Amino acid sequence: MAQAIVSPTTEVTETLPIRALLPWAVFLGTLMLVLLYFVGAEQGATSVFSGASVHEWVHDGRHLLGFPCH
Amino acid sequence: MPSSTVRNLLVRGMLAGLLAGVLAFAFAFLVGEPSVDDSIALESTASAPQHVHGGDTAAAPAAPAAEEEEELVSRSMQSTFGLATGVLVYGVALGGIAALVYCFALGRIGRFSPKATAALVAAAAFTTVYLVPFLKYPATPPAVGNPDTIGKRTTLFFLMILLSVLLAVAAVILGRRLAPRLGNWNASVLAGLAFAVAVTLAFVLLPGNEDAVKETFPAALLWQFRLATLGIQAVLWTAFALVFGHFAERLLAPRPAPATPPATAVPAA
Repeated sequence: MAQAIVSPTTEVTETLPIRALLPWAVFLGTLMLVLLYFVGAEQGATSVFSGASVHEWVHDGRHLLGFPCH
Repeated sequence: MPSSTVRNLLVRGMLAGLLAGVLAFAFAFLVGEPSVDDSIALESTASAPQHVHGGDTAAAPAAPAAEEEEELVSRSMQSTFGLATGVLVYGVALGGIAALVYCFALGRIGRFSPKATAALVAAAAFTTVYLVPFLKYPATPPAVGNPDTIGKRTTLFFLMILLSVLLAVAAVILGRRLAPRLGNWNASVLAGLAFAVAVTLAFVLLPGNEDAVKETFPAALLWQFRLATLGIQAVLWTAFALVFGHFAERLLAPRPAPATPPATAVPAA
């Protein structure tokens, strides 16, 4: 599982620089978490939109994906 | 490595998540939906209208019959397009996040090929995002949950995901630190053991699910439902590992391989 990287001379793939990753992590990470929120919790514990249509639409997915749902 | 590598990996991660989501949806529809339907049937016949299904949760709690519910989305829509929406969005979102983790993990967790790294990231995601939280707060079918405690249950569930992810990160760091002294195998075993102990402690210390499943709810149905939810995740993450691993390897090793393809067979230690 874990081994010190001696040098990237072997067949091992080189690492991707953190500087190149960070903007993506912030942007894409946030976007993906917002998507997960809408699938998993919107109109359940908290609501951005009023009503229950989002909740009802993803109802079965929410149960079967393990999220608490009513 | 070209600067577009990160972007390309992320796009492929979301695509692999989408494809995995399609398979997981098929599994969920075929294996999971029957138990959801059975639970809803029980819910409708139950005399106590504890949860007003399909309608406004605040409306008419004293309504004696399930027929009084105003149905926003029909059952046939919920079990097909609704379920597909949920599972596909879930797949894309987690595929994107897993690809981000992959970009970081690549070459940093040990000497693993792109495919092996994908398999390890997917296995870690399955364990930390689903399996560990599931063991403490297992999925509940319709007719089990109490709407009044949804806030607390949601908080605890997401907290458990966050906690198990953080504990896994700590375990990986621990393993990397110990590896030079103890060797890869021993360091990995120790890190895994530390993770298991920490997770067990968290299970003991965190409050349990307040919504104890009612005695009247059929145990076989509950088992069937929970097994199905576990199966959905297993399908999702296995498919993601294989598809994304394939994509990543093609992207990261684009040279036309001669008779012996290089570095595909570094087995997971």
